[in-house]
Amino acid sequence: MDIYLPIANLSVNAWVMIALGAGVGLLSGMFGVGGGFLTTPLLIVYGIPPTVAAASAASQVTGASVSGVFAHFRRGGVDTVMGGVLVAGGVLGSLFGAWLFRLLQQWGQIDTTIAITYVLLLGTIGLLMLREAVGAIAVARGRRAPPPRRRRHHPLVAALPFRMRFYASGLYISPLAPLLLGFATGILTILLGVGGGFVLVPAMIFLLGMSTQVVVGTSLFQILFVTAAATMVHATTTKAVDIVLAGLLLVGSVVGAQVGARFAARAKPEYLRLALALMVLAVAFRIGLGLGWRPDDIYSVELS
Amino acid sequence: MRRGALALALAAPLLTAQAKPVLVPDVSQRNIDIAYSFTGAELLLFGAILYPGGRSPEGNAPTDVVIVVKGPTQSIVIREKEKVAGIWVNAGRLRYRSAPSFYAVASSRPLDRLVDARTRAIYELGLDGLQLSPASAAPSAVQDRFTRGLVDLRRRAGLFYEAPGAVEITDGVLYRARVSIPARVPVGRFTAETFLIRDGRVLAAAVRDIDIRKSGFERFVAQAADRHAILYGLFAVALSVLLGWGAGRIAART
Repeated sequence: MDIYLPIANLSVNAWVMIALGAGVGLLSGMFGVGGGFLTTPLLIVYGIPPTVAAASAASQVTGASVSGVFAHFRRGGVDTVMGGVLVAGGVLGSLFGAWLFRLLQQWGQIDTTIAITYVLLLGTIGLLMLREAVGAIAVARGRRAPPPRRRRHHPLVAALPFRMRFYASGLYISPLAPLLLGFATGILTILLGVGGGFVLVPAMIFLLGMSTQVVVGTSLFQILFVTAAATMVHATTTKAVDIVLAGLLLVGSVVGAQVGARFAARAKPEYLRLALALMVLAVAFRIGLGLGWRPDDIYSVELS
Repeated sequence: MRRGALALALAAPLLTAQAKPVLVPDVSQRNIDIAYSFTGAELLLFGAILYPGGRSPEGNAPTDVVIVVKGPTQSIVIREKEKVAGIWVNAGRLRYRSAPSFYAVASSRPLDRLVDARTRAIYELGLDGLQLSPASAAPSAVQDRFTRGLVDLRRRAGLFYEAPGAVEITDGVLYRARVSIPARVPVGRFTAETFLIRDGRVLAAAVRDIDIRKSGFERFVAQAADRHAILYGLFAVALSVLLGWGAGRIAART
């Protein structure tokens, strides 16, 4: 069934888009990530213009994170103060990201920047996750002793001024640290159409030293608001949010997310993390190959 | 033959006002509406050739018809990728002030057999006759390279093409051709130019306009995104929140 996308100005197969959303939703439900890091590249491969892909994928991540946020709220797993600081940083970051997006677009380097950022980010995070997951599996099988507990937070974070208390996170740190973290993920949300959960969660654990009970809920809280803000920024600046495309992806992903969440409840978490690490590395590898291979199209056209 | 030529020569002073044939073109659709199921359109371009005196001149070279369908012009930047430090990045760029977004040329015979290169350039007949005016100064070799790049890109997207032999002429009087327009065309005013060609010269030309526009829901969405960006954004956010929340509620009950 072909459907015309009024903003992307082309027609797509609606079932393919719903299936894509469902697949990404399934993974996001299983692993607790938004899945934007898969949606945007897949949409670009399908032939959707990169700007429309990034702008519409952000709203899909909003949809995927909503039910998770509600679930975590009921369990008291959201630090709203920390979340508020992260969101404030994220909104500032998305505004800065929009400016950066424009600048890179004028230089003609937006696609390359997106691809390189993906490779670096996914490659690093993927390797870190792989190492952690392999270690956790070894521990679970009793082959290795559990590692000693980490330092609570990074010394750089402790050095920042204006410390305040975040009760739910069990932290007494400067709000500048989460503000900067939020700022960075806000930029990523605009540029890549990702929620940034795969950066945020490790950073909250290893850099801020947040208590793990509130990490996932708080990161989903920040993702919900920042992707919503990113959708607004895209709607008003690039005008590239295709609501028909977003709707198709959403229908698939919200259903997929619920199925994935049930599946995740029965699987062993360290194996899930291993699978996610391998998938993230595979995406990074594929995009990296694309950078080095001679592209099919040496020339590209852009309206000016 | 000889007598005919003589008669024509004698009659020439009398006929000059109406000696040239006239084209009466038409298209199957003056408006193309883009709706949710739009996957492209096929235009039927047809018409009649009216000769002075009501009949086609006999014995002369055959008459040919060329139809050029052009989309709205766009101001574009073409970028060229180069391998820098192992990765392919956009390096060169060239700006064009007006390039057609769609260009299809249908003809009754291959164009290079109908007219010479100069005439092709004057009337913009055929892809190698396209007059793309670069806004940035660049050596002509570079301009050619970029233009070839653009034409190749758009040709593969189905936006630029030549269809020699696509125009059928019946009894030297009626002609018709089918031109397909892909779904990726921008909206706006398209023109269908018809040229009557004999002996390497353009004898007559006529133009018809075709409007391609979004209709109904697609038009509403495109306008809302453009004119009421904030409301549109809020609606997109509300839609994603509601869908996500609704799915969570349904899943929680079952």
